[in-house]
Order: sequence, then structure tokens, then C-alpha cells
Amino acid sequence: MTAATDNGFVVFDRVQKSYDGETLVVKDLNLSIGKGEFLTMLGPSGSGKTTCLMMLAGFETATHGEILLDGKPINNIPPHKRGIGMVFQNYALFPHMTVAENLAFPLEVRKFGKSEREEKVQRALEMVQMGAFGGRRPAQLSGGQQQRIALARALVFEPDLVLMDEPLGALDKQLREHMQFEITRLAHNLGITTVYVTHDQTEALTMSDRVAVFNDGRIQQLDAPDVLYEQPVNSFVAQFIGENNTLMGTVKEIENGVALVELDDGEVIDAKPVNVKKPGDRTLVSIRPERVEINKDRLSPNAHLIHAEVLEFIYMGDIYRTRLRVAGNEDFVIKTRNAPDQRRMKPGEHIEIGWLPEDCRALDAPA
Amino acid sequence: MSQMDLPPYATPGQRLWHYTFKLICGLIFFFLIAPILVIIPLSFNALDFFTFTPGMLAFDPEAYSLKHYRDFFNSPDWQQALANSIRIAPSATILSVVLGTLAAVGLSQDHVPFRRTIMAILISPMIVPLIISAAGMYFFYARIGLQGTYLGVVLAHAALGIPFVIITVTATLVGFDRSLTRASASLGAGPLRTFFKVQMPLILPGVISGGLFAFITSFDEVVVVLFVGSANQKTLPWQMFIGLREQISPTILAVATVLVAVSILLLTAVELLRRRSERLRGLSPG
Repeated sequence: MTAATDNGFVVFDRVQKSYDGETLVVKDLNLSIGKGEFLTMLGPSGSGKTTCLMMLAGFETATHGEILLDGKPINNIPPHKRGIGMVFQNYALFPHMTVAENLAFPLEVRKFGKSEREEKVQRALEMVQMGAFGGRRPAQLSGGQQQRIALARALVFEPDLVLMDEPLGALDKQLREHMQFEITRLAHNLGITTVYVTHDQTEALTMSDRVAVFNDGRIQQLDAPDVLYEQPVNSFVAQFIGENNTLMGTVKEIENGVALVELDDGEVIDAKPVNVKKPGDRTLVSIRPERVEINKDRLSPNAHLIHAEVLEFIYMGDIYRTRLRVAGNEDFVIKTRNAPDQRRMKPGEHIEIGWLPEDCRALDAPA
Repeated sequence: MSQMDLPPYATPGQRLWHYTFKLICGLIFFFLIAPILVIIPLSFNALDFFTFTPGMLAFDPEAYSLKHYRDFFNSPDWQQALANSIRIAPSATILSVVLGTLAAVGLSQDHVPFRRTIMAILISPMIVPLIISAAGMYFFYARIGLQGTYLGVVLAHAALGIPFVIITVTATLVGFDRSLTRASASLGAGPLRTFFKVQMPLILPGVISGGLFAFITSFDEVVVVLFVGSANQKTLPWQMFIGLREQISPTILAVATVLVAVSILLLTAVELLRRRSERLRGLSPG
């Protein structure tokens, strides 16, 4: 596909990046981001996601390919003329300026009058519920407050596009969850296009319209969060996103969109073939812990059941987490809801488990 | 001071060392400061001696006078030397600060090739014996017509001052967060505005300290100015050097006292300025 032909607001067209001229950090990236979309680049460190963000911001140059913003190529535009708001990992607030001066900075550059500046600054501060903090210095604020100010500063000059580079990495869990919600709310209310980089998959799933999963310099999958979670297209995505049970096996036959997989210990299960082609292919079968069924009545009569031994039972309040030995895998986890009629399994117990074929995905076997 | 106090469990040996240590420190301070302190009362000597007269030791008011200060302010030689120093030192300082800061900022960037070599060359005037630099400059400046000119002396002093600025500014830049310049660019500021509004205020303490060193270097420099300058560019240290050798007049004690007072004032002012900008930088609580 050539992304250049479609009319996304931000377009990466066959972009490559190499720092040393030999190894490619970003390999043939094609990505089109719609106006007003919240897109997250998710991936382990070294996957190329931050490099992509930096190329978009203008702090790195693409070795090959073209980046377009609103239809115009921006490769030759310096960062300060791109008009892209950015929130940095360490906030990057100017320590020698007050909060209000920090926010007024981009407005001074754009030659707004004093009264207009003050008005916009105040509005931006109120937007992040920091209205009373204009006179403070960044060093007098907590991490969460600094984060809000960094956000307000990136938005105060009303850019159409905002980039965020792991902005919540330094915050504690509770504050992070709160800020996730607030950032999404702001982005949607203001209708800004947002490109968000993170290595935290929960963050990616809860905040984004679409998530691009990066690994090894390529986008492995680009989809809405639910699709990504429920229908990973390869074993990397399946294992990177969410908790996941994996079993190794060989495809025996593929018929009517259902693959019969023989696991390495000889048991046979049903699975949905995703990127296995023909009988004989090695495959990694992936099942989400919450999609494993222990109640036979809920499965179709001819579903393949598989034997499991309970190794550990953990009570987690809202759910039970039970670790099983399945087909030689001792880390097979199932999650069951804490309901009045739910069974609490005991270690040593032998049970039968199964699943709907579409919840069990036969993926490529990683090398 | 409480950390200086002896803990209750100190052994006699530790006690002995504790007090010996304090004594050694006191001696070092005495050794450093006594020669400077002694000249201050001596400069008020009513006679042309470099020693305390019996009258001075008896605190006889008649034995003290401002005679040497009057000499300093009335002698055309001294006044010309003062005027020269006041012309040369600030010019050399400004030149050192501008060039040294630019060099430090440039050399702090990763993509500059041969950074270490360039840095070593720029810093070499600090390491090479002064007399060698001075002799080299003499022959070089004579060839290009700078010998015996104000510009020549200013340039020579700037070359001596630049290493101090480079070193102090480079040290400040180590703690400078590069993402701040990126943030500035993302907010729309061009490189010049970023430098003056974001980077400069934050490295100002280093720039000020470097400038102070450069000023002092030029203000009390005597070797290079003897080579590169002519009688027209005679500076205060030069005149003091002559005064000591040829006239043996206690006027130089009065000059020295004035210079000590000026230095203390200057140091205090600069230190206050530096603390203020460090506070603005958010490094220490306000």
C-alpha cells in the first residue's frame, strides 16, 4: 500500500530510519492517521516507536521516505515551524520561568498581544484544573501537576497535532490512571489529533482510537484496541498485549475456518487459523485466560476438551486466578469471575477445559 | 557546625587529630590571607617605609595618613595605568565571555567532529606557561601589526580568559536538559530565541563565573602585557611591577588595598548574581 495516496492528516509514506547507515531502526513504515484520531504507538524499547515520533516532531530526519502533515511534506521543515505540540517524558518545563510564563512562551513566539496571551494562558490552566498555579515555578509543583502544565503548554497555542512521548511514565499508578482519562477527554473535546507513544499496553488499550504495535522497526498490527486484544494477527502481538496462554503444536487440518491442532503432548484442540496456512505447519496457539471455559455446558457438544491439573488457586477479589498444567505448560492461567455459583478449584484437582474455537488463535510459531 | 563537633565516643587519638586538623586548617588560612591583610594597615603609613614604624605600632594617629592614596590618585602615571586597566579588562572579559560561551555551547553538541581536540586547543593557553604564550604572541602580533596596540592587548587577554569561560560554561551545560531546547523548538521558537530565552538564562551562573575569572585574569596579568603592549598600554599590574622595581614607593600598597577592596566587592556582587540566577533556575529553593 502506498499511504501517500490516501488523505490522512498525518501520513508516513515508506519511511525508513537508520542512525549508523547500516541497521534500520524503522523499516518501511506506512501509516495514515486521521484528523482528530488518538493513535498510540506501542512497543518494547528499541522497537522504533520513539524514533517515529521524533521524526514527526522534526528532531530526527527520515533516511528514506516522506512524512506528510495535512497533505504537505514536512521533511524539510524545521521543528519550530511545524506547529506541532509536544509533551515530553520528563515534562521539559522551563525551570527559570513561572507556570504562566511557560505557557505564554509559545504565544509570545506567535506574537499574541499581552491581554490575549493572559486570557489564553488562564483558559489553558483552567482546562487542566491548575488555574491557581500560574505564579508558581515548576520546581514547586508535584510530578502530576508538572505533567498537567506540560500538557497545557502543548495545547495552549491550539496545535492541530499533539505528540506525547511516554508522558505518564514517571507518575504513580493511581495518578497515571487518572491522567489517562483526562488526556483522552481533553483530546476528544478539543478534537486534536494525538500521537501517543508508550510501552504500557494498558495505557494504549484504554486511551486510543487505534493502536500501532511496533516491533523490530515495523508495525506488527494497527487496529482498534478491542480488535488488537481479541484478534491479534501474529504471535508477537498476542504475547505483547495482555495476558495470554500459549501452547505449541502442529496443524493437522484446516476446514471451514477451523484448524485442528495437535499439541506437542498429543492432545487435539480446535483453533481459529490466523496465519497458519496448511497442515503440517508449526503453530503457537494463543488463548486469553478469561476466555477459557471450565463449564462444559457452555460449549458446543462436539468441542474438543482438554485435560488440566490445578496447580495453584489465587483469590484476587473480583476474580479468581487459577494456574493449571495444560499439555505440559505449567503457566496456563485461567481467570474466572467471582460469582456466587463459581467453583473455587483446589490444587491437585483434575478438570477438563475448553473454549470456543474463535477464541483460540493458531498463530505463527516464533523462530 | 554540629558535624564538626566531636562525637561522645571519640578516642583520645581522634580528639588529638580533631584539634590538630583544626590547627592545620587555621595555619593554611593564615598563610593565605596574612600577606594580604598586612598590606592594608601598611598602606596608611605616614612615612615612605614598607614596614610598621614605631609610631604605627603605638597607634599614634600622626603615624597614619592617606598620603599614598593621594599619590595614587594624583600621579598621572598611576592614573593612566588605572585608565588602561579599566579599558582593557572589561573589553577582554566581554570578548572572552561571548566567544567562550559560544565555543562551549558548540562543543557540547554530539555531532561536532574532533570535539576533544578542539577543546584541548582552546584550553591550551591555560596550560602552556604564560611566558611562552607571551613570547609567541609578541612575535605573531609584531608581524601583523597588533603589537603595542590596545586591540592587541585585549585580544591577548581574551585568549587567556576564554579557557576559564569554556570550562565553567561546559560544566554548567553538563547539567542542562537537552529536552528543554527541543521543547522550545516544539513551541515554535527558532534557534536564536531558544538560545537567549531558554539556554542562556539556565547556563548564566557558569557564564558569570567564567566572566569573573576572565576579568581577574586580565586585570592582574603582567607577563603578556609586558610583551604585547607598549608604554601606552601600561596597566595597573605593570605600573606596580615598575613601582616595586624602580621607585620602591609604598604607593603600591595603597593601590593593592584598593584592588583588594574592588576584588572583594566584585566577588560579592558576582556571587549574589550567581545565587540569584541559580535560584531562578530552580536548582535551589527560593
